[in-house]
Amino acid sequence: MFENLTDKFERAFKVLKGHGQITEINVAETLKEVRRALLDADVNFKTAKEFTVRVKEKALGRDVLTTISPGQLLTKICHEELVALMGGEQSDINYQGNPGVILMSGLQGSGKTTFSGKLANYLKNKKGKNPLMVACDVYRPAAIDQIHVLGEQLGVEVYSNREEKNPVKIAQEAIAHAKSNGFNVVIVDTAGRLAVDEQMMNEIADVKNAIKPTETLFVVDSMTGQDAVNTAKTFNDRIDFDGVILTKLDGDTRGGAALSIKTVVDKPIKFVGTGEKMDALDVFYPNRMADRILGMGDVVSLVEKAQEQFDEKEAKKLQKKIAQNKFDFDDFYSQLQQIKKMGNVKDLMGMIPGMGKAMKNVDIDDDAFKGIEAIIQSMTPAERGNPDLLNGSRKKRIAAGSGNNIQEVNKLIKQFNETKKVMHMMSNKKNMANMMRQMKGMGGGKGLPGM
Amino acid sequence: MGLFNKIFSKEKKEKLDSGLEKTKESFLSKLTRTVVGKSTVDAEVLDNLEEVLISSDVGVDTTLKIIDRIEARVSKDKYMGTDELNNILREEIAALLSENNTVDQVEFNVPETEGPYVIMVVGVNGVGKTTTIGKLANALKKQGKSVVLGAADTFRAAAVDQLIIWSERVGVPIVQQGMNADPASVAFDTLQSAKAQNADVAIIDTAGRLHNKVNLMNELTKIKTVMNKVIPDAPHEILLVLDGSTGQNAFEQAKQFSLATEINALAITKLDGTAKGGVVIGISDQMKIPVKYIGVGEGIEDLQVFNKTEFVDSLFS
Repeated sequence: MFENLTDKFERAFKVLKGHGQITEINVAETLKEVRRALLDADVNFKTAKEFTVRVKEKALGRDVLTTISPGQLLTKICHEELVALMGGEQSDINYQGNPGVILMSGLQGSGKTTFSGKLANYLKNKKGKNPLMVACDVYRPAAIDQIHVLGEQLGVEVYSNREEKNPVKIAQEAIAHAKSNGFNVVIVDTAGRLAVDEQMMNEIADVKNAIKPTETLFVVDSMTGQDAVNTAKTFNDRIDFDGVILTKLDGDTRGGAALSIKTVVDKPIKFVGTGEKMDALDVFYPNRMADRILGMGDVVSLVEKAQEQFDEKEAKKLQKKIAQNKFDFDDFYSQLQQIKKMGNVKDLMGMIPGMGKAMKNVDIDDDAFKGIEAIIQSMTPAERGNPDLLNGSRKKRIAAGSGNNIQEVNKLIKQFNETKKVMHMMSNKKNMANMMRQMKGMGGGKGLPGM
Repeated sequence: MGLFNKIFSKEKKEKLDSGLEKTKESFLSKLTRTVVGKSTVDAEVLDNLEEVLISSDVGVDTTLKIIDRIEARVSKDKYMGTDELNNILREEIAALLSENNTVDQVEFNVPETEGPYVIMVVGVNGVGKTTTIGKLANALKKQGKSVVLGAADTFRAAAVDQLIIWSERVGVPIVQQGMNADPASVAFDTLQSAKAQNADVAIIDTAGRLHNKVNLMNELTKIKTVMNKVIPDAPHEILLVLDGSTGQNAFEQAKQFSLATEINALAITKLDGTAKGGVVIGISDQMKIPVKYIGVGEGIEDLQVFNKTEFVDSLFS
């Protein structure tokens, strides 16, 4: 996500390395770089300026401990400031009520409708709610169709009224419909509008006044430039929204808008959109985001993602098999599926500390496992259960069946055997300790982890 | 005809002026604030100028370039009054815009080609590709061109419906295979249909995609290659649509889309809503791809061919 900004910081702090103390002179040079990095990342001009001033004050006021370099100290200060800038603790959205009403707002193309779908999906599947989506964009061609298509995909009902051109009326009708039909959350999608469009801003203010939402959200494209603060400020002045949704963060934008919006309107960023799939929705954690910016990786998110996909019973069964050294290709295959379920491989790798930079120029596509899957699928059940059966002629058949050459098959079998060996070793605690010692000397970033 | 041209271009100028009003206001008013109470261009004025340019999304590199040039002129001329700053800035911005092959067009037109002139429209999600296509089809039709649309965004919910509505509104034929069809196949069909009916222009819509998604970028390359099989030089124009409120990521988008499809024209949208005419300056400086169209409003007529002279005039008038 924020790899580019991280790169800049790393370079900026490199200038400091080799200096024993923080002085006016060496800190000035670095802060210039920091400021430039922030501006390149679309952080608002004023926000960036204030940020560097604050960091400078803190840096000069602090004693440099002998155990850390000035660069490390500055990293720490920047990190603290970034967290402060992006706003304290995480906050949830309020969907309680009878029904709870969530109003979406934002510019054209910021991703309101897609996010409405994701939110409905989240409330339905993770929170056990019965959501109703409402199509209040009466302007853009096919906007109503778009939300209906999403509703069908998700199995969520959509309320629309193609005859009615007044969004206020549609929203009111929808809430009445929800009350009498047992929907407990209503998500009101609205048309995109420009902050400078007086008439349209009046319209959304009217909608808000009429339906009194429990939560009003401002959806903003994470790629937005310097104007993000003005737009956010105007929307906030008019409809006093409760939270910000940052979309398209799966792009390579440096996302400086996130930093500045929070400081200008002082409203929390509640969710981030990270893909076109309906489950590509993440809670925003300022602390982790700051970690990412400074290259510390987003380990917590990764762990949580893994936990979500983790089936305990399956895992116990697998553990037993590994301990008995009976790990076979069926298990290997299901492990691959687990990893795939966690999402885009590159996203996952990016969350591992230190990997962000290394991964920048490596293209791992979602199909990275396709070749491996094809080979495994070309094996007979007996072969999958007992890999020792794989002799030359069987390998030849598998290669032909999966459209690979025999070297690819051999490579996979070798990989599989190594994985099996490592897993067996890891299942034994004493071995594990040994291995950790070995790994410390190796340095990370070799091959795909956890396979 | 000459008279009509004049009237048209006056109307157009008014629209550009009002569309860019916010850009203009903040640009000019900030600039005025920069120099207020000052008689000479000194370090403080330059600092403030930096803020004006960066806050308009011109970008750090281009801003520094402009400041450096002005600094050089200040040191050469020894003394420079703030009243001259306006003119110099105008010259420098005009010079930057000229550097990127932008040929000033007066009206919507397409070059003569053997068979239909094919325009493939690409960009990230939500920049306004489909809307731009609708407006462009309308403008070309008004110039007497026969246009065929191809609905190759088969991914986003209701994208095909959206383009169908545009085709009805403008009154041009559309080729579509519904949602989830193979986009390359839709493009192929569109070109064949356009060729068969001897159309002047074929415009292909594609699904929005983030430029760092390798598979999706490969898909674009494939769509492009397939068109080649129907009409040898197609697509003649690969139009990257950029959202005018996008920040520095716009450069990365232009870079990555160029790698996948050899972009040769840019359309910058939503310039009516933001203080961000600056992104046009930055992109003109950093990219050697001409800006061809700008979107300045939501109406069907609110797409214009980009004219750098008019644009600079609008910023400073």
